[in-house]
Amino acid sequence: MSSLKNDSAVLAGKQRTDSKHQRLWLKIVQRRYIYLMLLPVLLYFLVFHYFPMIGILIAFKDYSVKYTFWENIFHTPWVGFKHFISFFESFYFQRVFWNTVIINLYGLLFTFPAPILLALLLNEVKNMRFKKTVQSITYMPHFISMVVIAGLVIDFTSSTGVINTILNLFGVEKIQFLIEPEWFRTVYIISAIWQEIGWGSIIYLAALAGIDAELYEAAVIDGAGRWKQMTSVTIPCITPTIIILLILKIGQMMNVGVEKILLLYRPTTYETADVISSYVYRRGMIEMQYSFSTAVGLFNSIINFTLLVSANQFSKKFSETSLW
Amino acid sequence: MAMVTKATPSQKIFDVCNYVFLSLLVLMTLYPCIYVLAASLSDPNEVMKAGGFMLWPKGFQLDTYKLVFKNRMILVGYKNTIFYVVVGTSINLILTIFGAYALSRNDVPGKNAIMMIIIFTMFFRGGMIPEFLINKSLGIYDNRLAVILPYAISVYNLIIMRTFFQNIPVSLEESAKIDGANDFTILFKIMIPLAIPSIAVVGLYYGVEHWNSYMRSLIYLRNRELFPLQIILREILLQNQNEALQSATDTTFAYAENLKYATIVVATVPILCVYPFLQKFFVKGVMIGAVKG
Repeated sequence: MSSLKNDSAVLAGKQRTDSKHQRLWLKIVQRRYIYLMLLPVLLYFLVFHYFPMIGILIAFKDYSVKYTFWENIFHTPWVGFKHFISFFESFYFQRVFWNTVIINLYGLLFTFPAPILLALLLNEVKNMRFKKTVQSITYMPHFISMVVIAGLVIDFTSSTGVINTILNLFGVEKIQFLIEPEWFRTVYIISAIWQEIGWGSIIYLAALAGIDAELYEAAVIDGAGRWKQMTSVTIPCITPTIIILLILKIGQMMNVGVEKILLLYRPTTYETADVISSYVYRRGMIEMQYSFSTAVGLFNSIINFTLLVSANQFSKKFSETSLW
Repeated sequence: MAMVTKATPSQKIFDVCNYVFLSLLVLMTLYPCIYVLAASLSDPNEVMKAGGFMLWPKGFQLDTYKLVFKNRMILVGYKNTIFYVVVGTSINLILTIFGAYALSRNDVPGKNAIMMIIIFTMFFRGGMIPEFLINKSLGIYDNRLAVILPYAISVYNLIIMRTFFQNIPVSLEESAKIDGANDFTILFKIMIPLAIPSIAVVGLYYGVEHWNSYMRSLIYLRNRELFPLQIILREILLQNQNEALQSATDTTFAYAENLKYATIVVATVPILCVYPFLQKFFVKGVMIGAVKG
């Protein structure tokens, strides 16, 4: 008797799940055109993003141009961490690793806060026309191509360029900015600030515009001057925005814009300018050492991903602001 | 906006410094543009003497521009870039609209999983070499498609579009459904007309990206007839620099030196022409992206 009862209960349960499946199926059929739209999109991500992730496996193999890509993935023998070890043991490891870290730390120290500072200064401007003009003009360099930016940098820092002309007025001797390795990072960072300070400030200006005016009124009643209003109202209000952007920035820590490096560096400045991504480009695209350069690239991606996740966790714990 | 209390002397000093600093910033941003324009219109020998300091043309001439438009490779590059911008952006928009609309609907089973799959690619990538090898094995190496297809969707732009579609009231869709319209009809007849402003934003984003991109062409294109303007520009701007320094006294070479300023102008003017629109729409795009990003 009891087993019969159980059976019918199971049966009822089965019917329930069946109708649940049916409802799901019905929903999918109703939305078939949506899936049809998603098809090319998913195909794109599969082929151009997830296939390359599978392609990372060649970092643990000896890629051979004799075979096709998929044969290399599935049929060639594994070589373990050979390429990683040879990278870590090479002279280049120390150089490109530290160059990447240093250029990014400089970025974090100088390029990252610059737009925040600009936004705070613009926030204090009361003449709306002046403010709008400054905004329109400083956003512009963001849209200029990296090739043109590099061309401008080369021209301006050349021995007959405007920067050396100005330095000359102050009696400073000519500096070969792009030939002497000790100047590379300075040139890199200053041109980055020049290009992105305005554009980067938009997001902070938006956050500033969203601050409740009552907060300022309350601060004024408490006798706060403008400096005090800035430190006790403005800055706390934009802190969540700063944190989110900082997390994103840290997640990109090891990705130096390879475009700009490739355009500006030269053998005499490799000492300070050669970073992981430019090294991957040279070893992979020019010397065609595919497995080795994939291993170096993977090393870079793993650090990046770890940094992103830890920055996010850290922020979640201490400030309740996080990406996920 | 900070409230005004009393303008104490220290605040006045701050205001003056602030205006001066911001004006200097504007000057520093504009100067390279003014200099390049002035130099491209000047006599090359005057440019040599100027030491990088020039606010208006000296010894006005248009010969360098004639040289630019006589240079076959610049014209080929221009033509190719226009092709990449038009075809590339069209493909970008079709796929981005499909993806964004589909992922903005509420009752689509599996939607969140798909979104996760897509967003994951923002944070982790296969890397330059595996991507190159995949594209080569697909047979699009040294082909126009190589600088278009692998860049067909930007996740960031997809999110901007999706946010826009999410904000369109569901009631519009529901009433169309009662009239028997399917999702394709709804997308093309109702959603796209409503989304024109945000399509413009995203389209401009993609267009500028195609116009300015050079890395992808550097990696994937070998045939000079396929080169976009940026690659040609790079050859003119960067590769002659050492020779340029050596033979700076040679007059014909001086013209070639001047050529780079004119080429910069020719390559950047289209961007600056759409800039007023960019500025208006792009700022909006950054905001939307910021909310959901």
